[in-house]
Amino acid sequence: MRILLVDDEEELVSTLAERLAIRGINADWVTSGDAALKMVESQHYDLAVLDIKIPIISGVSLKKKIQAKRPGMKFIFMTGHGSEDDFMAGSKETGPEFYLVKPVDIKTLIEKINMALNRRRDTL
Amino acid sequence: MIAEQGIEYESALRFFGKMSASVSHEINNTLAIINENAGLLEDFALMADKGRAIDPARLKTIAEKILIQIHRADSIIKNMNKFAHSVDERVRSVDMNDLLQLMIELSSRFASMRGVTIELKRPAEPLFITTNIFFLENLLWQFLDFAMDITGQEKTVFLNADITENHILIRFSQLEGLKSAPRNTPSVTMTEGLLDALKGKLTTNIEAGMIILTLPKDINR
Repeated sequence: MRILLVDDEEELVSTLAERLAIRGINADWVTSGDAALKMVESQHYDLAVLDIKIPIISGVSLKKKIQAKRPGMKFIFMTGHGSEDDFMAGSKETGPEFYLVKPVDIKTLIEKINMALNRRRDTL
Repeated sequence: MIAEQGIEYESALRFFGKMSASVSHEINNTLAIINENAGLLEDFALMADKGRAIDPARLKTIAEKILIQIHRADSIIKNMNKFAHSVDERVRSVDMNDLLQLMIELSSRFASMRGVTIELKRPAEPLFITTNIFFLENLLWQFLDFAMDITGQEKTVFLNADITENHILIRFSQLEGLKSAPRNTPSVTMTEGLLDALKGKLTTNIEAGMIILTLPKDINR
């Protein structure tokens, strides 16, 4: 399993990647939509975890662009916002079960990743 | 006070809400980072329980990262506190540069979302203005919001304040898109009442890519 984490908060996304790696999940991270698109062009990912509010491009638009390049990829949205609009936009794309509010609990995130990929995985 | 001066209550409330929502988002981000780093410490503790050696330098780095986020949150909260207190008095004196700096910091997430930087060219001397601080903050936000949309390729808005005998001039420059902007100034309906209330004047220099806001040094005179 290989996943891509996209969030403009570098400290958040790098630490999350490290915690996933401890649990045996191979996660790369980037802090912009452009970098995410470059990564999916050159690497294979099963799933992307996207912040719904990232600079310049919205998480929803980024998902659509990634999907156009990698139709099989799965997605989970993260948000720091509790706004109804964001929830509607994000959950419309992924289903409400794949829309997480930060701070994200690592066990919940892994459950959602496994659910999205239809697989089971032991945690730490 | 707001209704008396012809400023739409809803517009003022919308501005206050927008800033508050942005600040709460920023604080939430710092908490999310602290949460991940605390979780990582917990992971290391569990690994140590299982006999894995943990590098103390790594633990120190995590503690430092947590402290950085605490300082960041503290700074965000201080800005929010200053902003919240701007409605305490109808009119008071403030250093214009401090106020511009505050608005830049409160607008930082909106700038970051657009990939824009706002730079203040700050003079050494303070430039005191006596005015309605909340109205001025609201007006500055309307201009910043507009300026961020028309920065052109440089993606930087320059701000500076200057003083004349009776006025303070605030310049928003490097607005390359001013020529082709669908409107030459921020929304008239949003700024008209604020400009009137602040006894301010707006000048647009399209060729220079600059908007100049002129305000009386003392609104009571």
